[in-house]
Amino acid sequence: MTGIIALYIFMLAAFTGYEVISRVPVILHTPLMSCSNFVHGIVLVGAMVALGNAHTPLEKTIGFIGVLLAAGNVVGGYVSTERMLEMFKSSQDKKKGPQT
Amino acid sequence: MRLPHSLTDELIQAVYFLAALLFIVGLKRMSSPKGARGGIVWAGIGMLIAGLITFLWPGMHNDILILTAIFLGGIAAWWSGKRVPMTAMPQMVALYNGMGGGAAAAIACEELIRGRALANAPAVLAVIGAIIGAVSFSGSLIAFAKLQGLINKSLRYGAQQVVNALVFLTTLALGGWMVVLHGAAPSAIVIAFFALALLFGVLVTLPIGGADMPVVISLYNACTGLAVAFEGFVLGNAAMIIAGMVVGAAGTLLTQLMAKAMNRSIANVLFSNFGETAAQGGEIAGSLKPIEASDAAVMMAYASKVIVVPGYGMAVAQAQHKIWELCQLLIERGVTVRFAIHPVAGRMPGHMNVLLAEAGVPYDLIGDLEEINSDFESADVALIIGANDVVNPVARTDKSSPIYGMPILNADKAKNVIVIKRGKGAGFSGIENALFYLDNTRMLYGDAQKAGAELIQAVKTLD
Repeated sequence: MTGIIALYIFMLAAFTGYEVISRVPVILHTPLMSCSNFVHGIVLVGAMVALGNAHTPLEKTIGFIGVLLAAGNVVGGYVSTERMLEMFKSSQDKKKGPQT
Repeated sequence: MRLPHSLTDELIQAVYFLAALLFIVGLKRMSSPKGARGGIVWAGIGMLIAGLITFLWPGMHNDILILTAIFLGGIAAWWSGKRVPMTAMPQMVALYNGMGGGAAAAIACEELIRGRALANAPAVLAVIGAIIGAVSFSGSLIAFAKLQGLINKSLRYGAQQVVNALVFLTTLALGGWMVVLHGAAPSAIVIAFFALALLFGVLVTLPIGGADMPVVISLYNACTGLAVAFEGFVLGNAAMIIAGMVVGAAGTLLTQLMAKAMNRSIANVLFSNFGETAAQGGEIAGSLKPIEASDAAVMMAYASKVIVVPGYGMAVAQAQHKIWELCQLLIERGVTVRFAIHPVAGRMPGHMNVLLAEAGVPYDLIGDLEEINSDFESADVALIIGANDVVNPVARTDKSSPIYGMPILNADKAKNVIVIKRGKGAGFSGIENALFYLDNTRMLYGDAQKAGAELIQAVKTLD
C-alpha cells in the first residue's frame, strides 16, 4: 500500500468514526465504548501475521504474547458488550414479558 | 490447502474489506437501543471472518502456536467477562482495552526487533504506534488496578511532571534513533524503548483519581485504536487501519464529551493532580440536617414527582436493585419517577445507565443532563444516591471553587432534596457540597443498599 493511499484511508476512516459516533445517545455510551473496544480487537489479525512469520524463539515469544493479548481483547470485548446490551429494555419491552 | 498466490491475496483483501464494512455498520447500529444488540453481532461476524481468513495469509507458519494463544487468551477473557459483576465493568473494559494496546505494541516490537530495514513512513508509524500501544497497555493496567481497589492511593510527588517528561522524552529519543536506523536497531535499544514506554504509561496514570476514570478509560480506548491503525499501516493491512482509525476517532470524541462534562480539558485531567489543590473554595453556611428513613419515605410516597440522581456511591453499595424496587413502589402509588444521569457519574462513560439497566429500569425513564435539568424545578423530591460533585451548586455560583463552570444536575432546584450518603466526608475532589447544607435538604445516612431497604419497608407500611 502506498503512503498516500494509506493517508486517504486514515482521513476517511477518522471522519467516518466521528460521524457514526456523534449520533450515539448518552445512555449507550458504555456499550458503545465497549463495542469500539471490541472493534480494535482486529489487531488480532496483525498479531497472527506477526506470529505466523516469526522465526527465532524471541520473535515467537513476542508474537505469542501479542496473539494472546489480542484474543483477550476480542473475546472480552464481545462478551462484555453483549452482556450490557442484553439489559437495555424500554417500558414496552418489559410489558411484553421477559422473552423479548 | 494453499490456493494460487494472487487469488488468495485477493480473497484475503476482499474479506478484510467486508470485515471493515461490518465493523462500521455495527458501530452505526449503536445509535439506538433497539438496534444496538444487532450491532455487536454484525461486528462479531466481521471479526470472525477476518480472523479465519488470516490463516491463509501467504507464508504463515506456527499455526499451532497461533491457535494455542487464541485459545488461551480467548478462554481467559470469556470466563472473566461472563462472571464479572456489572459494577466491575469499568475495570474489565479497561483491562480488555489494555490487552489490545499491548497486542499493537507486540506487533511493533516484532517488526522492530526483527532487524529488517523499514522504509521511512512505516518506521515512523511503527515507533509511534509502539509508544501509544505500550502506554495504553500499562496505563490501562494501572486504571484496572485502581478501579479494582488493588491500588488505593494516587501517587503524587513534587517533581512528578518533570520526571514524566524526562521519561517521555527519552522514549521519544530512542524511538527517533530507531527511525534513523530504519527499524534495524540493536535489540538492547528496542527493549529499552519498550520498557520506558511502558513505564511512562504507569507514571502518567498513577496520580489520576478515581472520578477522572471515565476520561482516562475512553482516552486509552482511543489510543489503542490509533496504535492498531498505525501498526496496520506497517503491516499493509487495510482492515486494521480502518477499524483502528474509526475507534480512534470515536474514542477521541467520547473523551472530549467526558472532559467537557467536567468543564476541564483532557490535559487538565491528565496533568493537573486534581484534588490536591481542591480543598479551597468558599465557606458554606448552614448545617447538615439528618432525616429518618420513615420520614423520607412519607415525603416521597406523597410526592407527585421524584427525580433520582445516582452516583458512584450507588455502584459501590450495589444498590441499583433496591432503588428500582423502591421506585416501582412509588410508581404504583402514582408518583412520577425519573432518573437523572450526569455524563461523568460513576467510573466510565454511561456507567450509571448500565447499572440501572441491569436492575431493570426502562431506558425511557432515564434522562441525561440536558433533557432533565429543567424538570427539577417541578419535582417535589430529588433523591441523591451516592452522587456528590455532579450536584454541587457551587459549580454554578462560586467562582473560587475548582469545579466552577462544570455543568451540574440542578437538584437544588427541587422542592425537597434527600441525600443518601455513607458519611459526612466531602466528595472525591475534597470540595464541600453546598447542596447538603440547603434548608430543603435532608441527609439520610447509611449505605445506599441498607437505606434503600429501609425506605422500601417504610413505604410498604404506609398503606
